[in-house]
Amino acid sequence: MMVPIAAGTTGSPTLNVTVFVAFVCITLYVVYRASGSSPTASDYYAAGSGFSGMQNGIALSGDFLSAASFLGISGAIAVHGYDGFLYSVGWLVAWLVALLLIGERLRNTGRFTVGDVMAFRMKQRPVRAAAANATLVITFFYMLAQMAGAGGLIALLLNVHSKGGQALVITAVGIVMVFYVLVGGMKGTTWVQIIKATLLLLCVTFISVFILGKFGFSLSGLLGHAAQNSPLGERLLEPGGWYGQNAMSKLDFVSLSLSLVLGISSLPHVLMRFYTVPDAKEARRSVVWCSWSMFTFYLGILIVGYAATALVGPDKILAAPGGENSAAPLLAFRIGGAVLLGVVSAVAFATILAVVAGLTLAASASFAHDVYANVLRHGKADPRSEVRVARLTAIVIGFLAIIGGIVANGQNVAFLVSLALALAASANLSTMLYSLYWKRFNTTGTLWSIYGGLVSGLLLIAFSPAMSGTPTSIVKGVDFHWFPLTNPGIVSIPLSFLCGFLGTVLSKQPADPDKQAEMEVRALTGIGAKH
Amino acid sequence: MTRDMRPPAPPPSAPTTGHGLSAPFTKACDQPLCGPAGEPDFAAIQASPEFTRLRRRLRLFVFPMSALFFCWYLTFALLSAYGHEFMRRKAVGEINVGTLFGLLQFLSTIMIVVTYARFAKKRLDPQVDRIREQVRADAEVGRK
Repeated sequence: MMVPIAAGTTGSPTLNVTVFVAFVCITLYVVYRASGSSPTASDYYAAGSGFSGMQNGIALSGDFLSAASFLGISGAIAVHGYDGFLYSVGWLVAWLVALLLIGERLRNTGRFTVGDVMAFRMKQRPVRAAAANATLVITFFYMLAQMAGAGGLIALLLNVHSKGGQALVITAVGIVMVFYVLVGGMKGTTWVQIIKATLLLLCVTFISVFILGKFGFSLSGLLGHAAQNSPLGERLLEPGGWYGQNAMSKLDFVSLSLSLVLGISSLPHVLMRFYTVPDAKEARRSVVWCSWSMFTFYLGILIVGYAATALVGPDKILAAPGGENSAAPLLAFRIGGAVLLGVVSAVAFATILAVVAGLTLAASASFAHDVYANVLRHGKADPRSEVRVARLTAIVIGFLAIIGGIVANGQNVAFLVSLALALAASANLSTMLYSLYWKRFNTTGTLWSIYGGLVSGLLLIAFSPAMSGTPTSIVKGVDFHWFPLTNPGIVSIPLSFLCGFLGTVLSKQPADPDKQAEMEVRALTGIGAKH
Repeated sequence: MTRDMRPPAPPPSAPTTGHGLSAPFTKACDQPLCGPAGEPDFAAIQASPEFTRLRRRLRLFVFPMSALFFCWYLTFALLSAYGHEFMRRKAVGEINVGTLFGLLQFLSTIMIVVTYARFAKKRLDPQVDRIREQVRADAEVGRK
């Protein structure tokens, strides 16, 4: 099984690269075929709303089967055990918010962006600007996480250890990603997600069934082995391995759980996916499909994570280039040799590529549709120029992503994602829920809840131990933290609800009853919805 | 936090007034749901009994269900943070209460997904179709 390879744990870089390049070529071909000759705004942002619920559901799960969940969570489970498992539980339960409260209503109300829904019955320009600000900040944090994952993965797969070499590969990845977005728009990006999600699900299912078989189909047996092989011992299987040291870290854990469960249905690139299906029924069907694939995936990841502890061992994982994030690839190498490692790595890499493409699309759509067309051009922009602006923005964002990826290289990706989720839940969730379900909610309330959540979230992150003051902080050497929690969710999420409420109650302007009627009828029945 | 999940809802049956549509002697269900040019009259639709029923039905399912899964998830998170003694107890072999609790979350999530999908298909979709049908019929009348 062990092919003698010079690189040791990294398998054969040539093979890894070959599998990956094959994936890129196939998807590029698909993207090329999917793209029309001159896309309209609806084609570019929402794939002409032409996907079925099943296709979009798999693509939705693809957005979440990101490097963070695949590499980050399997690594977190392998090293920290139970506390890593909490991530996967939160990320599965979170889809219920999208299913019950947001997905269908969003599809009926909006057309391309989150701003469409938030600004529907409010004053267009300030609300659209606020929505776009929130989208850009959230997307930037999320993208940072994905690109940081790319760095670690490159280190592991190509055996590139120098920072300069890694930076070069991150740049190449960024360029391919921008190319997907420019050529394929939403349709191309969705197809890449569908192909990738299917591959990833097959991979994880195959590995976890194989491993379970190895342990006589006994989860208990697997957990026992994992505990024996971990320096944490039995504590690996118990809560507190990561966050349990003191009262503050326990509160941090609760804060994290809140962000996980409320953040997903507030992420702009996830919300935007609901526009790629023709109607609300298909939007519902997509969440159902997505939930099933997430269910399968996270059960698999639980097994993959603990198996990595049992078969590879946390010491070896932490010592590997890429650290925690390399648990899944190392396990693949251990059970399937260089070939399986090549496949798993290529899929993980493709994941980063596809998710970053989706993020770029969401951010560029928000800028072009909300800021350019509605704020700067007062809603009178020519759709062609809007698409042109979106494409230009995609290039700028791609450039920023490359720089960000080079800087954030090496951070735990699941942790970085949790910060993005906290921001998303703070800025978007309260605003969306109020706007859809609370009649009195008005423009002032909308602005207060978006900015209240976003600004408080950002400030708390800036003065948290994640930023400074601990050995694992982003900024080293100085200590300016005063907020004790790494995740701001427990403060900023309720605060945004409170801000939205106070803003509405305290302002004198009443909500527009005609627009409210239109929005509510449209949200619930789809009458008047754009297809 | 659960309170935050449910924004203060307006009374579900409150009709929208002040549009000159609720003429004193016509019952709500007799009002045309479309304007003269066949465009949907959203205020009238919103005030119609069929729409009120749809909204009540949706909210009565969606809000309690959201509160339920949110509390259930929060129980899990809080126990994981503060109930170590309880969560580390072995349930089956090496599987402890905490892991079991997490797996139960998986199960409950899928059950809610399936229940809602079925509820929406049986109880919401037909009601939406009914309202859309009414609006379409009124639009035809309006055009004539």
